Amino acid sequence: MIKKETALWIYRKMNEIRDFEETAWTLFTQNKLRGSVHLYTGEEAIAAGVCSQLSDEDYITSTHRGHGHCIAKGASLDRALAELMGKATGYCKGRSGSMHIADFKKGNLGANAIVGGGIPIAVGGGLAIQMQKRKNVSVSFFGDGASNQGTFHESINLAAVWKLPVIFICENNQFGLTVPTWQSTSVENIADRAKGYGIAGEVVDGNDAVAVYEAFERAKKRALAGEGPTLLECKTYRWRGHWTGDPEVYRSREEVEDWKTNRDPIKLFAEYIKKNKLASAATLKKIQDEAAAEMAKAVEFAENSPQPDPAHVTDDVFFEG
Amino acid sequence: MALLTYAQAINRTLAEEMRRDEKVFVMGEDVEKLGGVFGCTRDLYKEFGTDRVRNTPISESAFVGAALGAACAGMRPVAELMYWDFAFVCADQLFNQVAKTRYVFGGNAKIPLVIRSQQGTGRGNAATHSQSVESIFVHMPGLKVVCPSTAEDAAGLLRTAIRDDNPVCFFEHKALYLSKGEVPDDPEFAIPFGKARIRREGSDVTIVANLLYVNKALEAAEILEKEGISAEVIDPRTLVPFDYDTVINSVKKTGRIVIAHEAHRNNGWSTEVASRVCEQAFRYLDASPICLGAKACPLPFNLGLEQAVIPSVDEIVAACRKTLYKD
Repeated sequence: MIKKETALWIYRKMNEIRDFEETAWTLFTQNKLRGSVHLYTGEEAIAAGVCSQLSDEDYITSTHRGHGHCIAKGASLDRALAELMGKATGYCKGRSGSMHIADFKKGNLGANAIVGGGIPIAVGGGLAIQMQKRKNVSVSFFGDGASNQGTFHESINLAAVWKLPVIFICENNQFGLTVPTWQSTSVENIADRAKGYGIAGEVVDGNDAVAVYEAFERAKKRALAGEGPTLLECKTYRWRGHWTGDPEVYRSREEVEDWKTNRDPIKLFAEYIKKNKLASAATLKKIQDEAAAEMAKAVEFAENSPQPDPAHVTDDVFFEG
Repeated sequence: MALLTYAQAINRTLAEEMRRDEKVFVMGEDVEKLGGVFGCTRDLYKEFGTDRVRNTPISESAFVGAALGAACAGMRPVAELMYWDFAFVCADQLFNQVAKTRYVFGGNAKIPLVIRSQQGTGRGNAATHSQSVESIFVHMPGLKVVCPSTAEDAAGLLRTAIRDDNPVCFFEHKALYLSKGEVPDDPEFAIPFGKARIRREGSDVTIVANLLYVNKALEAAEILEKEGISAEVIDPRTLVPFDYDTVINSVKKTGRIVIAHEAHRNNGWSTEVASRVCEQAFRYLDASPICLGAKACPLPFNLGLEQAVIPSVDEIVAACRKTLYKD
């Protein structure tokens, strides 16, 4: 059973992420956001369930679909949205936008716009933790598509050989852009590949925050005990298209509606909380309202934030110390 | 001072820096017992253990990416690629990740990371083990590019690289490893980046060259001297940052410049230097700058063919004569 305080934190983060993503969608349709925006709606249980067990001294690497990880790892909605809008107050001073968003100070080693690009970097986080003899973990979030990149293979092998405290989280949302996983991937379960590296592998329902939480808890325990990495596959589904302009010709409306109606991770987790009497419906409603209010403030903050000054465009290419 | 080979100078500097700062560690292919295929990390594991001198799998993307992650997480990795040619195996990690991480994350990341390797001709290693690829790295913002040509420079520049809080790509030349030179014994001896070294003073023509081509430029200068032509030889030592001041000042004196490297001529770093010289010192020029580099052709195996692809000392001499209209 998840502790009450943790459960409510997860519930809050899931709502914050949902609000953030749907607000980003609206702002994009209003032409207030530009660029490539990949939304995490429907996958919130994974980022929230995992990051509820991480501190600022633990690391993550994230993906092009990275807003959820960023928020769950401690970023505030206002500076995150400001970054999506390219504003000077954004976490990356308007240089990263959606695809490289990260609050480095919270142990987020970066969202990454190259599929599979962040996986070796998370291994490096794990290597530093091991060499510094710290009791922390490094988590790499990536999608089903990344599991067919060379970096996936190289990184898991390296982390396994060195028994690094790295947890590889595959968010299998069933499509690599438009290509269904069955068409691109040699195994039914990506976690089956763990056997090939001699490490633990587990498949969980990624829309079930409790299942994610418990599986990650086991993986983290192994990592901290020096037993090396785990490949945790979370099966999920993205409600929105691959990106905001996706015509979605590769799946049916009915399929999407079925996931929204019957497999909504927020609804499922609310039921768990109520069933186990961790909080009342009124408390959950209050959390939802608070998240919505914070999001509204974030929109106001981001919209009213200044544009970055082009005079400083070449700052920070190098550290000048 | 100690008389050391170029490889020994690198080895000693690595050991001194690892002794000084426990965050410094070495990782790469065969760096442990073998000490790297050219011996630069030889015996380091005996003093520092295999935790800090790590053999890696032949997985360039994984270990270069892991070096980046470790650097972001407070370590100071020195990653060794066996050949710079293998950088293309991990090109995404180098060019999209290492080079851009600090900038895209708003300057919040510090990346004290050195990536070392060797390149170039001289050992009959053929097309994918003999290239000189530094121009590609110079093109990409976010990487410092260092090219030592002597044992002393290798020691002084490597120390600066390890202490720098930015990614540094450290280019060694395989034909220089056995060359010997005096190296200061001071474990604080460091050469700042962006300071060219005038290897030979002259008044008629400026020759700018890096790595093995510094030696070839010096040979060319000897030949030219016998013809009454005084050549100034400048080794920029670091290509990013580049010491344009020293080169421009030399051109203001000589009015002529030849830039020579083993890297390919087409869009090689020499062409950028020539362009800057034209922009900044055009009215001092008495002749067009001349760039010399490898032909637009992969490096072949056969020694005669290999040498035919890269510029010879005679070609450097001829280019200098041409700037003096003595061809």
